[in-house]
Amino acid sequence: MTAWRRFACALLLLVVSVSLAASWLAPGGYARQYREVAGAPPSAAHWLGTDEIGRDRFARVLYGTRISLLLAPAAALLSTLMAALVGGLAGYLGGLWARVAMAATDLFLSLPWLFLLITVRAVMPLNVSPMASVLVTFSMLGLLGWTSAARVLCARTRSLRDADFVRQARASGIRGMRLFWIHVMPNLKPALYAQFWISIPVFILSEANLGILGLGVAEPMPSWGSLLRELEGLTSIGEEPWKFVPLILLVVVVTLFQFVLSKQEEVAA
Amino acid sequence: MMRCQIVSSSRVGRAPRAVFFLLASLVAFGWLFVGGVAAQGGGELRFCLRSEPKTFDPLKVEDDASESIRYLTGGVLVRMNRQTQALEPGLAQSWEVSKDGRGIAFKLRSGIAFSDGTPFSAEDVAYTVQQLMDPALHSPTGDAFRSGPGNVETKIISPTQISITFPAAVAGLDRLFDQVAIVSAHSPKKEMAVLGPFVVADYKAGASVLLKRNPNYWKSDAQGRKLPYLDSIELDIQPNRDVEMLRFKRGEIDLINSLDSEYFDKLAATSPQQVHDAGPSLDSEQIWFNEVAKAPIPAYKRAWFRSQNFRRAISEAINRDDLSRVVFHGHAQPAVGPVSPANKFWFNGKLKAEPYSPDTALKTLQADGFRLDSGVLKDRDGNAVVFSIITNAGNKSREQMAVMIQEDLQKIGVHVNVVTLDFPSLIARMTQTFDYEAILLGLTNVDLDPNGEMNLWLSSSDNHQWNPEQKTPETPWEAEIDKLMRAQASSADAAKRKEAFDRVQEIVYEQAPFIFLINKNALSAVSPAVHGAHPVILHPQTFWNAEQLTAGK
Repeated sequence: MTAWRRFACALLLLVVSVSLAASWLAPGGYARQYREVAGAPPSAAHWLGTDEIGRDRFARVLYGTRISLLLAPAAALLSTLMAALVGGLAGYLGGLWARVAMAATDLFLSLPWLFLLITVRAVMPLNVSPMASVLVTFSMLGLLGWTSAARVLCARTRSLRDADFVRQARASGIRGMRLFWIHVMPNLKPALYAQFWISIPVFILSEANLGILGLGVAEPMPSWGSLLRELEGLTSIGEEPWKFVPLILLVVVVTLFQFVLSKQEEVAA
Repeated sequence: MMRCQIVSSSRVGRAPRAVFFLLASLVAFGWLFVGGVAAQGGGELRFCLRSEPKTFDPLKVEDDASESIRYLTGGVLVRMNRQTQALEPGLAQSWEVSKDGRGIAFKLRSGIAFSDGTPFSAEDVAYTVQQLMDPALHSPTGDAFRSGPGNVETKIISPTQISITFPAAVAGLDRLFDQVAIVSAHSPKKEMAVLGPFVVADYKAGASVLLKRNPNYWKSDAQGRKLPYLDSIELDIQPNRDVEMLRFKRGEIDLINSLDSEYFDKLAATSPQQVHDAGPSLDSEQIWFNEVAKAPIPAYKRAWFRSQNFRRAISEAINRDDLSRVVFHGHAQPAVGPVSPANKFWFNGKLKAEPYSPDTALKTLQADGFRLDSGVLKDRDGNAVVFSIITNAGNKSREQMAVMIQEDLQKIGVHVNVVTLDFPSLIARMTQTFDYEAILLGLTNVDLDPNGEMNLWLSSSDNHQWNPEQKTPETPWEAEIDKLMRAQASSADAAKRKEAFDRVQEIVYEQAPFIFLINKNALSAVSPAVHGAHPVILHPQTFWNAEQLTAGK
């Protein structure tokens, strides 16, 4: 592990730990409205000031970080597993299976994902709690974000299928799914890890995109996406610099995720 | 569109000093001369349209951008003064509405010509009215005149006299002509020949519309100078409000209509002389519950929503003062009802905004069998009171209002889920599937007369949002509103109409089918380079007196 990678891991861990301590660091909570001091600049009572309806921005950044950092990896895990299933099996089985699976993947890839997410959000039941909306948003991202990874994994499995050690295993009488799980899958691990790590910042940014459109996590629950909406209408950086904290945090965390990737995973990606 | 001038500075240093001073003096004199003239008249006014104008045909106008162009280019028989809200003569010197409210007779000015030189006469008025009422044209402006089945009769008495008779009484008939821009019956340029102060000179799709002074405009000022003062108006098509604001700050545009309160305060902090708060506008924001019988919502929720006590309790539990102060930075007023206090004649002055009182709200709810159980409000069958409020995604002030209402209602044990949807999805739920519980949206009023709200209050109307298209009124109070609205629409007596509409406002206040939240103030920004601007609450706030504006440093 390189020094940079160790540093990135430590910093990520720190960010996650601080966000997990949100209820202790910001006991007022993310939803309480201090309406008398709405839109206030940073002060001893509100370290990052308050938002436009008086909610403590520091608390919202902490809770938003927690949500984005805990659920983006969950969505990444879901999408990587789906990609492994679709891409891995397509590559291993080949023939008609591969053609059908890859055609489905291409179809998904060709869909404008943002409009798809907006459509899915529009047909969802309305009466869902904010926590449920968080889970739904990230599940949607996970369920719709597996396609690129599936293509990579399909190509990787196809190359493994004809590798010498697989031929030898096949010659020894190992067939079907047993061959896939015991000999092919373990060799897909670097590609799977790579796809997992790559997906996390992609999902964080996707949720942020949805949040900017007002379609992500439901109010009053914060997420980085909804926090970034505060930057709308800012005409200069020096105007209210404390509003940039969620953006800086997003950029730092996404960058850290890139450092976390090992060389081997970078090659596999 | 931005216009840049690049000034070359090459070789100035080599010119003899005396020549340089002479040139400098000439330039300075020229600048002062041009500046002085601009201050008195002329110049170009620049501002943004927030969408592409859909038509230049004044009879087909239905969007804001086209409406602005119609206002600047169209000549009308009578014009409502946006400041005094009184009618003033336009192309008609005088007019008289018949006692039965069905007819109107105009005496027109003589010696007027369209922008292309075609003479104006009563024939053009008759042609315009026939076009307007032609069902095949589907004119939104014409809809306001359709009071009953039958044809409109126009009778040309002389080239300067005409009478128009409608099949049934049309309430506020003369006021409706403020929206009717007269088109020429004979001009080869059709609707592009206009009688207003400006004429469309150039249109670049997606970019800009250039209006130039109409050389044949009939109006003069008190000193006998021909109006308009401005040479031209450049309208840039710019949907992005942030860009519009930036361009105003840079001095690239001169006006902003309907400024957001956030932008208003930012601009006020640096240039207080450029911003104008004209007070409460006609626009309101409101919530309503779904009372549609066939709506796919649980029966117990429909019962809550149909209960007057439930709706009134929700209204009492909303802190409107906080909404005005926090979301709109004080540039809004708690709403009273369907008519804004800005509508001087039609507003029912007896009504006051619902005071914030969670305790009263709880008492009102108890009357319907609701009770608080460990901080959760439950109905008599034990169902926890939970509902969703949807609003359109991207509208920051509505989203903020919804979140504040969510916290207000939490205090009486009501749990609200705030849902933001893209606008088409919201409209589909609101008008087709009726799959919603409560909606927070705004109402834009462009008409002072209650007739403009007929489509909202009649129970048979498809815009009767809480329960549209009723075959017969489902409640006695909706039946009474129907009766009162029809009565005021068919009467030519202003006092009787006012009495009927005052009662409609009282019923709406008592029954709260719409829970009116706030009336936004009419906020605008005007550059110091513009002279003669007096922003008002009615559209178009900043350029309603465009013919008397001048632009120049």
